[in-house]
Amino acid sequence: MSGMPDVTAGETQPAMGDRGLRPWSERTVWVVRILGIASLVGVAATVWLGLWVTPPDRVQGNLVRLVYVHPAVAWIALYVAFGTVGVASVLWLWPRTRSSFFDRLAASAMEIGTVFTGLTLVTGSIWGKPTWGVWWAWDARLTSTALLFVLQLGYLALRRVPSDPESRARRSAVAALVAALDVPIVHFSVLWWRTLHQKATVLTPTLSPKIHGIMAWTLLLGFVAFTLVFFWMLAVRMRSASIEDYLDDEGMDAALEERWAEGSSIAAESEEPAAAPVGTLVGAGMPATVKGGEL
Amino acid sequence: MPTMTTEPSVWRDAWVVSAKDLRIEMRSRVVMNQVLPFGLLVLVLFALALGPGRQTLIGAAPGLFWVAVLFSSVLAVQRSFSLESSDGARDGLRLAGLDPAGVFLGKAGAVAAQLGALEVVLGAGVVVLYGADVRSLLGLVAACLVATVGLAAAGTIYGALAAGLRVRETLLPFLLLPVVAPVLLAGTRAWQAALGSPPGAAGGASTGGGDPWMGVLVVFALVYVSLGVLLYGYLEEAA
Amino acid sequence: MVPAVHLRSAIALTGRFPALAGADLVVERGEVVVVEGPNGAGKTTLLRLCAGLMAPGGGKASVLGFDLFKDRGEVRRRVGMLGHASFLYDDMSVTENMRFFARAARLPAGEVEAAGERLGLVGRVGRTMVGRLSAGQRRRVALAVLVARRPELWLLDEPHASLDAATRQLLGILVSEAARAGAAVLIASHEPEASLPLADRLVGMSGGRVVSERLLSAHHDDGAVSAHHDDGAVSVA
Repeated sequence: MSGMPDVTAGETQPAMGDRGLRPWSERTVWVVRILGIASLVGVAATVWLGLWVTPPDRVQGNLVRLVYVHPAVAWIALYVAFGTVGVASVLWLWPRTRSSFFDRLAASAMEIGTVFTGLTLVTGSIWGKPTWGVWWAWDARLTSTALLFVLQLGYLALRRVPSDPESRARRSAVAALVAALDVPIVHFSVLWWRTLHQKATVLTPTLSPKIHGIMAWTLLLGFVAFTLVFFWMLAVRMRSASIEDYLDDEGMDAALEERWAEGSSIAAESEEPAAAPVGTLVGAGMPATVKGGEL
Repeated sequence: MPTMTTEPSVWRDAWVVSAKDLRIEMRSRVVMNQVLPFGLLVLVLFALALGPGRQTLIGAAPGLFWVAVLFSSVLAVQRSFSLESSDGARDGLRLAGLDPAGVFLGKAGAVAAQLGALEVVLGAGVVVLYGADVRSLLGLVAACLVATVGLAAAGTIYGALAAGLRVRETLLPFLLLPVVAPVLLAGTRAWQAALGSPPGAAGGASTGGGDPWMGVLVVFALVYVSLGVLLYGYLEEAA
Repeated sequence: MVPAVHLRSAIALTGRFPALAGADLVVERGEVVVVEGPNGAGKTTLLRLCAGLMAPGGGKASVLGFDLFKDRGEVRRRVGMLGHASFLYDDMSVTENMRFFARAARLPAGEVEAAGERLGLVGRVGRTMVGRLSAGQRRRVALAVLVARRPELWLLDEPHASLDAATRQLLGILVSEAARAGAAVLIASHEPEASLPLADRLVGMSGGRVVSERLLSAHHDDGAVSAHHDDGAVSVA
């Protein structure tokens, strides 16, 4: 953009410095770093406790070790991620709190949530194979999770459709809310569909009532560790999303300058002599297009 | 100058939009001449896939009916918004000064009316083609009425969501069908009860178990009608 | 009284392309402004932005006192637009289309009929399906709808395209009447000759910005620059 001829000297130069990416503050960097270390340590500890320290189950044997992963991952996918998306979407739609920050938050949480939903399906299915003898037994919870997965993929597909940022945020927020309200309806209808269809003939993977102390602690640690992982990934994803927005802004500056240049070259040829140029009137202090926030 | 009374005008605007959409359908008969035969075709294709065994078909009839309705509703919604996309009509509608909630109710109402007509024919098709016998006509009609409201509402929200986009034809079914899955589940169960499908296939749903399903349909309809009324204005703003 | 259009460094994006790249424009009530410029200068986007059909992507923008960032709905019900598209439904007759838009805008029944009569859309033409009309006839229907709505801001995009001489002349009369009644009129055209006799001011656009501006004294016999009084009325000689 330095090579562009500046037509109306000085005045149209957008103030590049005061918008776009605000880098993470020193404190934020540290918080995220500690979050990252904590989540890695938590996951490592869960793996160690889950695979070596805790005893195998009397009924399910070593299979029970999935209990330290599967419910925690499902908890993130169904509640934490979807909750974040829902709240962020409402805050975007609410005119007073509308900001591109919440659009990025919803998009990032949905992306990570989709990964966790996928993991939920995979771990559930791995658990199901030895338990039920099939990869997919149309278990109520797995089925509703699968529908949720498709809803999430739909949201991400919608976001990928080319559009201006404002319209995209608008559509995405509405789609997220419509999908979020569907989750409980899907959940209950699938639950009834399942239980009314075949009265509990399958062995549902629940904990045996007698649970060892160390097992309970490992289970709890798993939930904490995966929750930390989620928020760490969210922070990092938000950061890259804001860099994406920043690059869009940069692209917008270039696009604006290109657009002006296109105008001035044509105007120079075709301007009527009688027309008074109003260069002084034009573009004194270009506005910020889209604010790239922090994080 | 346009008057600024908003409160009672929502229903009036809904009626204006519905009447317009239904009038265009009366003229062009796209839903009647294309979507309806498509729905019947789906019923025939299912029979071809499942084989001519009467028991199989009767057992599957409720589910097949609702799958056919769901597919047809995607097309009906697509038609409802394609008539707004010709010659900039979407902009015309936005400039017309209508209440967004009224536009939503109007378009959803017109879609619901068309789906209702379609369900009558498809229902008859199920009875004729699959040989299902009707045990409780009231049950069938009640389930259809409530489910149609929900389907039309959810469909109209997604129709508007995809309306301004170039990829709307492929995006709409992908977005809409998973959301209306509860309608498929609940509608099928309610129909199983009312059609008196073989108890083996229907399981516990046939006796007294039909009740939660009407509940699901009612909740679904309420949720999506309210969401549409609340959110349609946001969608109208998306360029 | 606030100006009909007030844009300050207004940006409007189509997709990610800045079709309007920082436009400045003030149009007073009762004023007729012609916007000229080559294809792709941003004229249509300017009109669509003023119609409240798209959200501004930056700068300041208000129409009829309503902020285009927030109150586009209010703007849309107060402006009238004659675009490249006619906004009409092919499968309804001329009369049915006009009635639909009249009912949508809560106009008295006589209003739209009078407008239709004025534009010669009665009798056989009135019963014709819009899908069978020629481009010029469609524009006449769209114009009738616009006139009946009595908008406070007229946005005309290449209004003379595909109109016959008689309708062009009628358009001129309608525009002058509207301006005298206090409406602002913004006309976009890449060949402004046809619109110039109506205009108070000629604005040149290119590259998504307003690049030139000229008062047209020829329009006023006494040569006086059009005065914009605070009540929005304009003295026309």
